[in-house]
Amino acid sequence: MRNPTLHELQHPGTSDDAHAHHHPFLQHHFEDLGQQHEASTLGMWFFVAQEILFFGGIFMAYSVYRHMYPEAWSAGAHHQNWKIGLFNTIVLIGSSLTMALAVWGAQGAKRKLTTVMLVLTLLLGMTFVGVKGFEYREHIHEGLFPGSHFTYVDHAHPELTRGVELFMVFYFTMTGLHALHMIIGAGLLIWFIKRAWRGDFGPEYYSPVEIMGLYWHFVDIVWIFLFPLLYLIH
Amino acid sequence: MTSTTIDDAPFIEPSATAKRNYLNDEYGVLSWLLTRDHKRIAILYAISVTIFFFVGGIFAFLMRLELLTPEGDLFTSDTYNKLFTLHGIVMIFFFLIPAIPAVIGNFILPIMLGAKDLAFPKLNLMSWYIYIIGGTFGVIVIITGGVDTGWTFYTPFSTQYSNTHVFLTTLGAFITGFSSILTGLNFLVTIHRMRAPGLTWFRLPLFVWSIYATSVVIMLATPVLAITLVLLMVERVLHVGIFDPALGGDPVLYQHMFWFYSHPAVYIMILPGMAVISECVAAFTRKKIFGYKFVAFSSLAIAFLGFLVWAHHLFIAGISIYSAMIFSFLTMLVAVPSAIKVFNWTATLYKASVSWQTPMLYVLGFIGLFTIGGVTGLFLGALGIDVHVHDSYFVVAHFHYIMVGGTIMAYLAGIHYWWPKITGRMYPEWWARLSALLVFVGFNLTFFPQFLVGYVGMPRRYHAYAPEFQVLNVLSTAGATILAAGYILPMIYLGWSLKFGRKAGPNPWGAVGLEWATSSPPPKENFHETPTVTWEAYDYPAFLKAMRETQDA
Amino acid sequence: MMLADFPLFPESASDVAKYVDGLYLGLVVITGTVSLLIWLVIFYFAVKYRRRPDNELAQEQEPPAALEMTWTVVPTLIFITIFIAGSWVYFRLQRVPSNALEVYATGRQWMWKFQHPTGQREINTLHVPVNRPVKITLASEDVIHSLWFPAFRVKNDVLPNRYRTMWFQATKTGRFHIFCAEYCGTLHSGMIGWVEVMEPTEYQRWLAGGTEGSLASQGEKLFQKYACNTCHTNDATGRGPVLAGLAGKTIALADGRSTVADDNYIRESILTPTAKVAAGFQPIMPAFQGQVSEEDLIRLLAYVKSMPPGKQP
Repeated sequence: MRNPTLHELQHPGTSDDAHAHHHPFLQHHFEDLGQQHEASTLGMWFFVAQEILFFGGIFMAYSVYRHMYPEAWSAGAHHQNWKIGLFNTIVLIGSSLTMALAVWGAQGAKRKLTTVMLVLTLLLGMTFVGVKGFEYREHIHEGLFPGSHFTYVDHAHPELTRGVELFMVFYFTMTGLHALHMIIGAGLLIWFIKRAWRGDFGPEYYSPVEIMGLYWHFVDIVWIFLFPLLYLIH
Repeated sequence: MTSTTIDDAPFIEPSATAKRNYLNDEYGVLSWLLTRDHKRIAILYAISVTIFFFVGGIFAFLMRLELLTPEGDLFTSDTYNKLFTLHGIVMIFFFLIPAIPAVIGNFILPIMLGAKDLAFPKLNLMSWYIYIIGGTFGVIVIITGGVDTGWTFYTPFSTQYSNTHVFLTTLGAFITGFSSILTGLNFLVTIHRMRAPGLTWFRLPLFVWSIYATSVVIMLATPVLAITLVLLMVERVLHVGIFDPALGGDPVLYQHMFWFYSHPAVYIMILPGMAVISECVAAFTRKKIFGYKFVAFSSLAIAFLGFLVWAHHLFIAGISIYSAMIFSFLTMLVAVPSAIKVFNWTATLYKASVSWQTPMLYVLGFIGLFTIGGVTGLFLGALGIDVHVHDSYFVVAHFHYIMVGGTIMAYLAGIHYWWPKITGRMYPEWWARLSALLVFVGFNLTFFPQFLVGYVGMPRRYHAYAPEFQVLNVLSTAGATILAAGYILPMIYLGWSLKFGRKAGPNPWGAVGLEWATSSPPPKENFHETPTVTWEAYDYPAFLKAMRETQDA
Repeated sequence: MMLADFPLFPESASDVAKYVDGLYLGLVVITGTVSLLIWLVIFYFAVKYRRRPDNELAQEQEPPAALEMTWTVVPTLIFITIFIAGSWVYFRLQRVPSNALEVYATGRQWMWKFQHPTGQREINTLHVPVNRPVKITLASEDVIHSLWFPAFRVKNDVLPNRYRTMWFQATKTGRFHIFCAEYCGTLHSGMIGWVEVMEPTEYQRWLAGGTEGSLASQGEKLFQKYACNTCHTNDATGRGPVLAGLAGKTIALADGRSTVADDNYIRESILTPTAKVAAGFQPIMPAFQGQVSEEDLIRLLAYVKSMPPGKQP
C-alpha cells in the first residue's frame, strides 16, 4: 500500500487513472507520466555519457603528461593534503547517500524526509566546495597557482618546478571543473528542496529527484577518480 | 484515445492551408522568442543560420577576390588570415553543424515520429539561445578585430603567438557546442521514447536513422572539443605550457585532442545531409530505398568508424609510421558505408518513377559531388599521397566537395522538399531549378580547379601565391561568383513564395511519411489525433492507392 | 593580365615522385571510372524511369542480398589495396638512406634557415647536389611550420622542441619551390624559397665558397664557449659522460631505463639535462634552456656527432 500523493490528499476520491491524466506535472507533449519519466531518465543518462567524454578528455591529457613527467607529477601530488582530500571524499560519498535517501523518500511521497535529505545533500556538497576553497587558498599562498603568480620553487629538485606548475594546471582545471559541476548541482538542489517541501513528488512523479540523484552520483564518481590521481600518486 | 491510420487520413484537401496552424496560432514577438514549439524553434534557427551562412559566404568571396592575383594586394596578410579563419569558424560552428539538424531536424523529426514535440521542448529553446549567445561572441570577435589562428587553433601559435581574439573565439565555440549537445540529446530521447504506436525501428524513415547516428556522434565527440577549448583558454590566459613545448607541453597532443572531435564533426555535418537525401530519393522515385537496412546500418557504421580515424589529420605531424598506417587503414574502412549508401540510392532509381523536380536535382547533385568528395578522401587517406597534398588546396577542394557539394546541397534539397509543409506554400519551380543549376555549375567551377592547383603545389591558407597558379585561381573565383548567385536567388524566390506562392495541400509531392499525413502548415500539436503506423517505411503502393481513393471519393 | 603557362601537373624532380604520381594517377583512374559509372547509371535511370502518367508509381522489387554483399566487399578490397599501395610509397618516403647528405633546416616566423655540415648557412635557398640523397633535420624556433618541396613530393611538419627528419633525392637539376605548408601567422605565404639542384662539380664549387668552417668545427667552438669541455672530457675522469662515439648508441639511464642517444636525446640533454640522466652520473649539469639558439644547438649536435669513438682509455 503506497503513501497517498499530495494530489490525492487534496482531492479525495479521485481515481488513479483520472489522476494520472490530470497530473499537474505531466507535460502536454507526453502521452503519460510513464513516458515522461522514461524520457527524462534516458535524457539524464545520455547527458552523463557526454560528461564522461568531457572529463575523459582531460583525464587522457593528464595521463599523457604523467607518462612524460612522472617525477614532477609525483612532486605535484605531494603538495596535496591527502587527509583533507580523504575528508572531502567521505563528505561526498555521504552526500550521495543522503541523495539516494532523498530519491527513496520522493518515491514514497515522504515529504519531510525528502526535504531533509536534500538539505543534507546540499550542506555536504557545500562543505566539499568550502573545503576545496580552503585548499585553493593554501595553494595560492604557497605560490602554486599557475601562471604569472607561480612563485613556488622546489628547492630539492629545481628542475621539476616547471613540471609541478603543469601538474597544478591540471589540478586546478580538473578540480575546478568538478567544483563547478557541484555548484550547479547545488543550485538545482535548492530548487528541488523548494519543490520537495511543496509536496510535488510522489510515486507517479519523482523522476526529477531521481535524475538529480543520477547527476549527483556521477559528479561523486568523478571525484572518486580525481582523488587518487591528484592526491595519492607517488 | 482514437488514432488515425494512413488509410483514412485525409491527406488530399484541395488548396487547403489549415485554418489554424502553428504559424497563426499565436502572434507577437514574444510568442516566437519564448516558444516551446519545435516548429517555431526550427524557424528561429533557420533565420539565424542563414544570416551566419551569408556572413561566412562574404568572407569566402572576399578571399576569392584576393586570390584573383598572385600578389597579396587586396588585403593585408593579417586581414586575409582573419578572413579564412572566420570563414571556417562561422561556416562550421554557426552554419554546417546546426543547419540540417536544428532547422530540418527540429521541424520534421517529431512529426515524422508522430509525436507532438521533442522530448524536451524547453531544452530545445535553450539550445537556440545558447547558440545565439555563442554566435554573439563570434560576432563580437568579427567586429572587434577578428582572429587569425585558422579554425583549427593549432598551438603554440594560437596560445603564445597570435595577437588576436583567441580567447573570445574559443569561448564562443565552447558555448555553441552545448547548443549542439543539447539538440543531440533531445533527438536521441525523442527517437527512443516518443515514436507513434506501430512505428518500430525498421519502419522509421531513413532520415531518422541518420539523425540518430548524428546525435550519437554529437553527444560523444563535442564534449572532447569542449575540454580541449577549455585547456586552450587556460593556456591562453595563464601563459602556462599545456600545449607549448617551450614550457614542457606537447603541441601534437593538442592536435590529437582537437581532431578527436573535429573528425567526427565532419560526420555530424554529412550524416544529416545523407538523412535528407534518403528522404528525397524515396519521395522523388516513389519507391522504398533499395537496401533499407543496409542504409540504416551504414549510418551507424559511419558514426562508429568516424571516431577511429582522427589521426589521419596528423600523418606528417609527428606520429609514428605505424600509427599512421593504422589510421590510414581505418580511414579506408570508413569510406565503405558511405559507398554503400551511394550505391543503394543509385539502385533505388531502377524501375522507379523519377521526378526531376528541384529537390531531386539537388539530390542528384549531391550524389555526384559527394562521390567526388568521398573518393578524394581515399587519396588523402593513402599515406604516400597525403605527404604531398596535406595542407594544400587538394584538401581544401576535398572538404568543400563534401561540405558544400554535399551538405549544403542536401540542405537546399531539404528546404525545398519540406518548404510546402513548413510554410504551406509552393516555391516557384523554374526559378528553383535555375538556382540548382547555378549552384551545381558554380560549385564545380569553384572547387574542381582547386584539386589541380593543390596537387601542383599551392599550399592552403596562402594570401599570395606563385604566379603559375593564377589561371586555376581565376577559374575558381569565376565559379564562386556563379555559386554566389545560385545561393542568393533562393533567398529571393523563397521569400516571394511566402506571400505569393501557390498554396500547398498536405502532400503536394505524393510522398510517404507521417509529416505528409498532416496539414501544411501543421497544427501546433502536429496531429489532431496521434496516428498509428501500420505501414512499412516508404510503402508507396498502399499509400498512393489510398490517396487515389480519397481523391475519387 | 599576363597569363603565364599554367601547369596542371607539378614537375617531377625526385626519385619518389614517380611513385607518388603513379599512385595518384592510378587512383584518378579507379575512382574516376567508378564515379563516372555511377553518374552515367544515375542519369540513365533518371531518364529511362522518369515520371510519366503511366509511371506514377514505381515497381517494387526485393534487392538481392548478393548485390549488397558485392558492393560492400568489392569496394572494401579496393580500398585496402589503396591502403597497401599508399603505405608502400610512404615507406619509401620515410626510410632515409644511410649515405644521405645531412642538412639542417630551421624554420622560424617567417623564413627558412639551412645549415650545411660544411658550415654554409643559407636563408630561404637550399643548394643540393643532384642524384644524391639529402636528409634534412627539421627544427622550429617558434610555432609549427611544414617544409614542402612539391617537385620532390615530400613534406614534413617542423615542430618546436623536437627534431624531425625528412629526405629526398633530386633527379633533375634546376630550381624548385620551397613552401611552408603549416599556417604560422602573418607571413605564412611569404615563408617560401627555392631549392637549387646542381651538378656534382658545381655543387663542390659552391661548397668551397664557405668561409665559416664546417658545422662541426663551429660546434666545437661553442663547446668551449659554453664550457662543456670542463665536464665532458675525453676520458672517464670527467664529471660528465664521454661524448665521443655517443651518437646513436643505446645508453643506460640513472633511473633504470635505457634510451638511444639520437638527435632529440642530445638536444634534450643540452636544454634540460635532468630529464634523462646517464647511469653512474650525478644530475649536476646546468640547463641551457633559453640560452642556446636552435642554430647553435644544431652546431653542437653536429660536433658531438662528429666525435669519433675510441678516444677513451
